[in-house]
Amino acid sequence: MATLKVRNLKKGFEDLQIIKGIDLEVRDREFVVFVGPSGCGKSTLLRLIAGLEDVSSGQIELDGRDITEVTPAKRDLAMVFQTYALYPHMSVRKNLSFALDLAGRDKQDIDRKVNEAARILELQPLLDRKPKQLSGGQRQRVAIGRAIVRNPKIFLFDEPLSNLDAALRVQMRLELSRLHKELQATMIYVTHDQVEAMTLADKVVVLNAGRVEQVGSPLELYHHPANLFVAGFLGTPKMGFLKGQVSQVFNDGCEVLLDAGTRITLPRVGPGLAEGSPVTVGIRPEHLELAQPGQCQLGVVADVSERLGSDTYCHVRTDAGEPLTLRIRGDLSSQYGQRLSLHLDAQYCHLFDADGLAVANPMRAAA
Amino acid sequence: MTTLKQSRRLHSIALGSLSWLIALVIFFPIFWMVLTSFKTELDAFATPPQLFFTPTLENYLHIQERSDYFHFAWNSVVISFSATILCMLIAVPAAYSMAFYETKRTRKTLLWMLSTKMLPPVGVLMPIYLLAKGAGLLDTQLGLIIIYTLVNLPIVVWMVYTYFKDIPKDILEAARLDGATLMQEMARVLLPIAKGGLASTVLLSLILCWNEAFWSLNLTSSQAAPLTALIASYSSPEGLFWAKLSAVSTLACAPILIFGWISQKQLVRGLSFGAVK
Amino acid sequence: MTASTLKADLATPRQPNRRLFRNPGWFLVSPSVILLLLWMIVPLAMTLYFSLIRYNLLYPGENAFVGLENFSFFLTDSGFLPGAWNTVLLVGSVLLISVVGGVLIAALLEASEFFGRGVVRVLLISPFFIMPTVGALVFKNLIFHPVSGILAAVWKFFGAEPVDWLANYPLLSIIIIVAWQWLPFAILILMTAMQSLDQEQKEAARLDGAGPLAIFWHLTLPHLARPVAVVVMIETIFLLSVFAEIFTTTNGGPGFASTNLAYLIYNQALVQFDVGMASAGGLIAVVIANVAAIVLVRMIGKNLTDKG
Repeated sequence: MATLKVRNLKKGFEDLQIIKGIDLEVRDREFVVFVGPSGCGKSTLLRLIAGLEDVSSGQIELDGRDITEVTPAKRDLAMVFQTYALYPHMSVRKNLSFALDLAGRDKQDIDRKVNEAARILELQPLLDRKPKQLSGGQRQRVAIGRAIVRNPKIFLFDEPLSNLDAALRVQMRLELSRLHKELQATMIYVTHDQVEAMTLADKVVVLNAGRVEQVGSPLELYHHPANLFVAGFLGTPKMGFLKGQVSQVFNDGCEVLLDAGTRITLPRVGPGLAEGSPVTVGIRPEHLELAQPGQCQLGVVADVSERLGSDTYCHVRTDAGEPLTLRIRGDLSSQYGQRLSLHLDAQYCHLFDADGLAVANPMRAAA
Repeated sequence: MTTLKQSRRLHSIALGSLSWLIALVIFFPIFWMVLTSFKTELDAFATPPQLFFTPTLENYLHIQERSDYFHFAWNSVVISFSATILCMLIAVPAAYSMAFYETKRTRKTLLWMLSTKMLPPVGVLMPIYLLAKGAGLLDTQLGLIIIYTLVNLPIVVWMVYTYFKDIPKDILEAARLDGATLMQEMARVLLPIAKGGLASTVLLSLILCWNEAFWSLNLTSSQAAPLTALIASYSSPEGLFWAKLSAVSTLACAPILIFGWISQKQLVRGLSFGAVK
Repeated sequence: MTASTLKADLATPRQPNRRLFRNPGWFLVSPSVILLLLWMIVPLAMTLYFSLIRYNLLYPGENAFVGLENFSFFLTDSGFLPGAWNTVLLVGSVLLISVVGGVLIAALLEASEFFGRGVVRVLLISPFFIMPTVGALVFKNLIFHPVSGILAAVWKFFGAEPVDWLANYPLLSIIIIVAWQWLPFAILILMTAMQSLDQEQKEAARLDGAGPLAIFWHLTLPHLARPVAVVVMIETIFLLSVFAEIFTTTNGGPGFASTNLAYLIYNQALVQFDVGMASAGGLIAVVIANVAAIVLVRMIGKNLTDKG
């Protein structure tokens, strides 16, 4: 069993608070991803859990045992570093067996575990090489192997894929996912790449400036972001934001007058909504489409288009100067500067109040 | 019309010749000294100086009886090695802490250490002399060992510090997570990785101790006098002595010259306090 | 977990050995710091004390407090002005020779590949590793000797009267000996520094039309600014205390012609046994060195602890 609980964790110095009070829970066998922009504190949080940095206040509990003051060597956690941190003077085999060596385990036991890890990660032909003779991807697998050999309670990953080239990154992502399923282990993974978060995680923790913005499954965060930050962080291309004001309030919704000129009625109800309150409407690229005659229209000016063959990302600007991105299947040729008409499907629009918090959809709350 | 390739070759030959010329001029005194060590005293003092002569090994073969060479050489060896070991024992932990646990004070401490090196030895000549005399350390190996350890400590700390700084901190963190205690971390991970840098530092310290020519001249007379003092005694000799001097000098300088040749690149780091690598 | 138990947890003091492991810093650095502090403070304090009393090893027991008398004696001693001036000349000339020579020679070596470049490098840096006493005596006897020395032979070859260097040009001779040892130091440091000059920058400049002189002036020299500063700083520290070369050749003479401050103080201490005056002189030397140090460290110290 490997559950982790973090209570009101804080880390800071006199003039700078890095972690501002975080509460978290990681369940047994969960793959949890800490994601957020640079400087949000995700790596610091991981290092606090690992014991590589001191906690200012708060508690960390592993399987019911308080490990806040326990030295890293005794926490039974293994970490895969961003730079792999392999021991350059040791062969791959020695790198893998080092921890068990230190613990004084019996040689046969060590060999068995090393060979098992090597098998899982396909490292057998590399066992007698030194790290400098390995490629980036191979080094990374050795780093993971080092963690596997120890059979820790929790695996910690600190941006392990960021030093790999694009193709290798995609491949390793799949391997990590497979690894999680095969090992049935609890894993905490830190990244700034929201694609990794979306594809690998059972649970995503979005961090911003030392605080948790939202916790939930990837799809939950994607479809029901709790605030502007999460909405804008997950999903690529980014969600489009349109500012506006509430013009009318109904029982089961409200009407918003967008700065861009159009009115749209959304099935959103919330305490902050009164006539005149400023709001932001969010819409994902895949939910925007070219308007058919008779549909709700938003006039825009076409900017640059990116044609990928499978999709086209059409970047446009509203009359209020706000940028939006349209995702269209196949090829769309639009002229730079051409006027287009877009349809916003009220069903898929998100609404955020003046504080950036999402306004609920009563239909969904009921369901 | 010269082609690009031809003009590059001419260029290279011209510059090469000039470089060789300068190098030979600068190296000449050393060359001449070694040459003289193979001459008889008469040949050595001959006017005009002889380039061609009958070489003899007598200066080397009789070096012990003519100058008690081994006594002084032994002193040099004991003092240099002991001071180096002592210095490393003190400096390595300090450098470790400053490289991997850097605090706001680290920079200041390092610069302060550097500034202690700027103390001119004459400024403390008297106190040190009197202290050594009082403690019975005048003309002892131990006296010089202590002084050399202190004098070289800043350079050694700086040099080891820069080598340690080159090691990524996360390798040590990985060791810690793997369960290593502080001792295990240093012995099994840090020192093996840094051993090249530590070797260069040891060489530099040996060179500095061996060649030191202020305290060795003033704090010793016969018992603990190292090679620097032996050579200095030739400044007012009797009779013909050039060949003898050359032989003693060659032997005294050879090991350090070789050390210097082997590790020239690495020494730069220590000699420039880490500013140039 | 209730609020009260949470508070109790936060109030628990941290285990001391964990703190030690987490930051062993102070504990590991202190031996060095303490030793160096002692090394600086104790002797300096003693020097200060001695400089304020009358203390001559030949007349022990007469240790009256004399205030600044030693200082005025030292400063008005006939050797002081020549000593100070010679120190300035010595340090200045050697710095000039080694820096200018070092830059030019390092540039020459880097300018193109030629046969035996490795050997040339080894030859050029060798004098730095020679013991100062050896260097001094080799020059005094084998090179400078007015009858059998090399220079004498060269002079005679051109039909001129050989020069008695150490007798007639004592300070110049010392400067030559010291420069011979320190020029290679500068060459070594600067050569290494030049090798770190980005090749791509050079290539970009050449494509931009820069000739070798322009590259030298606009790229190489600025890149060398920091290593040169380091060389100047380190050489100044050592050159202020040149001793062995004077001790083994001219003994400061004739008169005070080749005496520098270090030798002057040594003379008063261990030849005239006037501890009081030597201490006063020593303090003055320390002050001068500190002034030079503060200036240099302020200019250069930042560079030493910066990365890149």
